Amino acid sequence: MKDAVTAIIKKYGNDKSQLVSILQDIQSEYNYLPRTALDKVSKKMGIPQSQVFALATFFRAFSLKERGKHIVNVCLGTACHVRGGELILDSLQRQLGVNPGGTTADHNFTLESVNCMGCCATGPVVKIGDEYFGHMTNDKVEPMLNKYR
Amino acid sequence: MPGKLKSPKELEALNKKLAKGLGTDKARVSVCNGTACRPYGSNPVVEAFKAEINKKGLTDQVEFKVTGCHGFCERGPIAIVEPGNIFYQKIKPEDVPEILDKTVLNKQVISRLLFKDPLTKAEITAQADLPFYKNQKRIILGNNIRIDPTSIEDYISIGGYSALAKALFDYQPEQIIDIIKQSGLRGRGGGGFTTGAKWESCRKAHGDIKYVIVNADEGDPGAYANEGLLTGNPHSVLEGLIIGAFAIGSHQGYIYVRNEYPLALKNIINAMEQAGKLGLLGKNILGSGFDFEVRVNRGGGAFICGESTALMASLEGKVG
Repeated sequence: MKDAVTAIIKKYGNDKSQLVSILQDIQSEYNYLPRTALDKVSKKMGIPQSQVFALATFFRAFSLKERGKHIVNVCLGTACHVRGGELILDSLQRQLGVNPGGTTADHNFTLESVNCMGCCATGPVVKIGDEYFGHMTNDKVEPMLNKYR
Repeated sequence: MPGKLKSPKELEALNKKLAKGLGTDKARVSVCNGTACRPYGSNPVVEAFKAEINKKGLTDQVEFKVTGCHGFCERGPIAIVEPGNIFYQKIKPEDVPEILDKTVLNKQVISRLLFKDPLTKAEITAQADLPFYKNQKRIILGNNIRIDPTSIEDYISIGGYSALAKALFDYQPEQIIDIIKQSGLRGRGGGGFTTGAKWESCRKAHGDIKYVIVNADEGDPGAYANEGLLTGNPHSVLEGLIIGAFAIGSHQGYIYVRNEYPLALKNIINAMEQAGKLGLLGKNILGSGFDFEVRVNRGGGAFICGESTALMASLEGKVG
């Protein structure tokens, strides 16, 4: 773990203004922001821990909790919201048995919501990993999840 | 790919060379593979076209293009067949062999795949005649249909970067600002601020170091024009950015893109690499002596960061 974080900081030339990008890369590496990695960033770059945590908790893209193998993103942007995105989220919560931000016990899925993925015409949209699922209905939720089970 | 272009003449020569194939009546199929067509299954359609064109040995006869967003997302996956401007909607991979056999090779229209006017039930063949496109004048997004967004050659073939060459060599920065003012160009973010006035105030601002920021952190309900442009025609954003930087006297630019737009990020980063290799970005652009670097910053999923002061705070590594 130590080496990956050091390499990422080095890639950005220890530039404090690149902190958001550095945290994004760390998250891509570990799927979430491990506490030890944040401590390391703070010490290495000379940024107060409070500032690192402020960023890590302000942006909703960051997670301080370990996440599952497949990230299920439900769009709740305005366009998907009016097309029933909330209902899809409800259905996913029931099927997975977790709230938004939660990870299933088998570490296979993490459920998250997102505000607009830029394909409103196909709303309500769900994204799992890199794959998009458009015009979602409650009936389609289970078959969609089964692909990843 | 050729090496660095060192003068506007070399760019012009490259444009002439690349533009040769255009305007002929060679068959062309362009399939939208933008973010909104993907949930409808445009990827399998693209793969089916590639495989079928290969299988039928049509690689020389048909120009096949995978493009960014065409605009009519509701009907995806969509394809346009030229000549004829034939618009096909809701295409499935099974339809692909028929499109090639009937439409591309024998110029027959497949009525099952045409758009039908919901009121009159009339079938509409040409894209330009569709009610959705008929009253639009597509200036910014219009080229999406014509080019592969991952290819700088495609962009140069339709005259891309010629405006940059003109700006760098034929005009002084102040003259460019005057032209922009006279054009009446305004911001597209809702405020409608005049671009010329913005550039002028930045040019005249105190301090030596200036930055230009491309704000692609949109989040308006149902609108994703930034996404469509960055995904479908990233070089046009880059060209405009460099012209703006030259006009205000900046050597460093930032492109702030939402992290929720993976395809837009991929395409703009690819475009920057290609432009750098051709000497259209970086040091001594086109031999003009003007230097300009660009960095891409990804947003963190905070709606407020589309507002300019929050965006700048976020660029500095702070909470927006």
